[in-house]
Amino acid sequence: MTMERCDVLVRGEPGRGTGLVLTAPISFWGGVDPASGTVIDPRHPQHGVSIAGTVLFLPGTIGSSSASAVLMELVHRGNAPAAIVLHEPDAILLVGLISAIEMGWASPIALRLDTSRHTQFDGLSVSVDSEGLLHTM
Amino acid sequence: MSLTLTDAEWDIASGAQGEGMAMAMRIVAESARLLCAARLIPIASAHIDGALYHGDSGTLFAEKLVAGCAKVAVRSTLNVGALDLTGCAQIRLAEPQRGMARRMMDAYRAMGCETSWTCAPYQAGHRPAFGTDVAWGESNAVVFCNSVLGARTNRYGDFLDIACAISGRAPDTGLHQATNRKPILTFDCNALDQAFLGNEIAWPILGSLYGRLVGDAVGIVTGIGFDPGEDNLKAFGAAAASSGAVGLFHIEGVTPDARAGIAADATMAETIRVTPEMVADAQRRLSTAEKPDRIDAVAIGSPHLSLDEVGQLERLIAGRTLAVPLYACTGRHVLQAIDADGRRKALESAGVTIVADTCVVVTPIMREVRDGVLMTNSGKFAHYAPGNTGYAVLFASLADCVESAVTGRPVIGAEPS
Repeated sequence: MTMERCDVLVRGEPGRGTGLVLTAPISFWGGVDPASGTVIDPRHPQHGVSIAGTVLFLPGTIGSSSASAVLMELVHRGNAPAAIVLHEPDAILLVGLISAIEMGWASPIALRLDTSRHTQFDGLSVSVDSEGLLHTM
Repeated sequence: MSLTLTDAEWDIASGAQGEGMAMAMRIVAESARLLCAARLIPIASAHIDGALYHGDSGTLFAEKLVAGCAKVAVRSTLNVGALDLTGCAQIRLAEPQRGMARRMMDAYRAMGCETSWTCAPYQAGHRPAFGTDVAWGESNAVVFCNSVLGARTNRYGDFLDIACAISGRAPDTGLHQATNRKPILTFDCNALDQAFLGNEIAWPILGSLYGRLVGDAVGIVTGIGFDPGEDNLKAFGAAAASSGAVGLFHIEGVTPDARAGIAADATMAETIRVTPEMVADAQRRLSTAEKPDRIDAVAIGSPHLSLDEVGQLERLIAGRTLAVPLYACTGRHVLQAIDADGRRKALESAGVTIVADTCVVVTPIMREVRDGVLMTNSGKFAHYAPGNTGYAVLFASLADCVESAVTGRPVIGAEPS
């Protein structure tokens, strides 16, 4: 079993899902369909993959400041990732979770973990608890 | 470092001034904690990107603030919405989304925001003074505000922007702090031809390259021997903030922080020597269409066209009629001027569709075309159109965009205006 203890960035709900490690930074706005969670940026190497329900590992985010709106819409529709793991805190993206929590919607937890530790979770069934413990099942 | 709120801020967050104000203060404070800010600072103005409809959640969020009697505490302009409330362009957004988008725009107006509806507020009279702290959203507006005006803002995401506007505060972190505004790398353009730099097409290409190479780092561009002007700086910043997470750039001898000597005692970690080959590669990357034999539409105006840029468009069209639709996106600040003297009517007769309050990549305006090809001179449109509209993109100069719109097929190498 692979295990990492991570800093909790946003105290959302614990979750489980398939680890999806993005191989390039992404702009949520223009890069992810806010309704379905599918990667729609044709220049992104994982174009066509869905982030819904995954434990999503992000090497970085780029582009538009509407990333938060896309993430909150995914939460509202039930198509958000089960958990989000970032290399470093991204206030633009994570405001989407902070705002969703203010709205009273069940929002995924967000964690911090160095990019070099991401790939070990790719494609595996991953569980995240409320204290930031990330492990394969 | 942990966040300390003042007693007054705690009281507000606990509801002393109403639930809307409390929600805004909690969002600002929680974001400040996330960013390891020690305190909140007062802001002089805000530019709000949150009024663009991406789904019902944003409308419900804004309406919850309105229901909680939230009002903006500082001057707050609005970025584009999903509808053209001026009626210039037909928006193909169907119900119920259309109604929800309208409700969202109404909610932001109800909170006291100005109905500017533009992504170029800095060309619509909202120009905070050098050195003032503000909270701006919309990636291109943020980078212009920091870089060209020298006001100080971080890249405020949707919802945090309005929360800052209502609370009148922002986390004291990032680009609000002078030390974080110093360049850490040089983007050296000395190897580039000055004639190329004098051409408008250079700026979105260089911006796109810059953003991809620097990410979110602050850099200083050297080797530009002249002031390229606001519209070119606007194009550079918008492209850089699309391909990277750029919030601030400096140009030696041009931008205000650079002129004030910000690079004097900076420690440079890296020098990127830009070559003509790198520029050619960056230009190729802006297009996704492979050798198209036709184009289906042209879109310009991301960021929104200035009055000068509308003038260039008119000179290039030169009284001719377009064979394919050309969408010219702009704000009310320009629309009023071209409405007053009949120029809008003349442009529309030539086949131009003026789009105000919004733009073609944020809401459905262009008709759906299978394998459609969109030509644009905007680095930002080039970046976002494929994902958001389904059109493949052909990036070119404004002159080429207009010649292609006249002939209906791609023309590369037309004379600039």
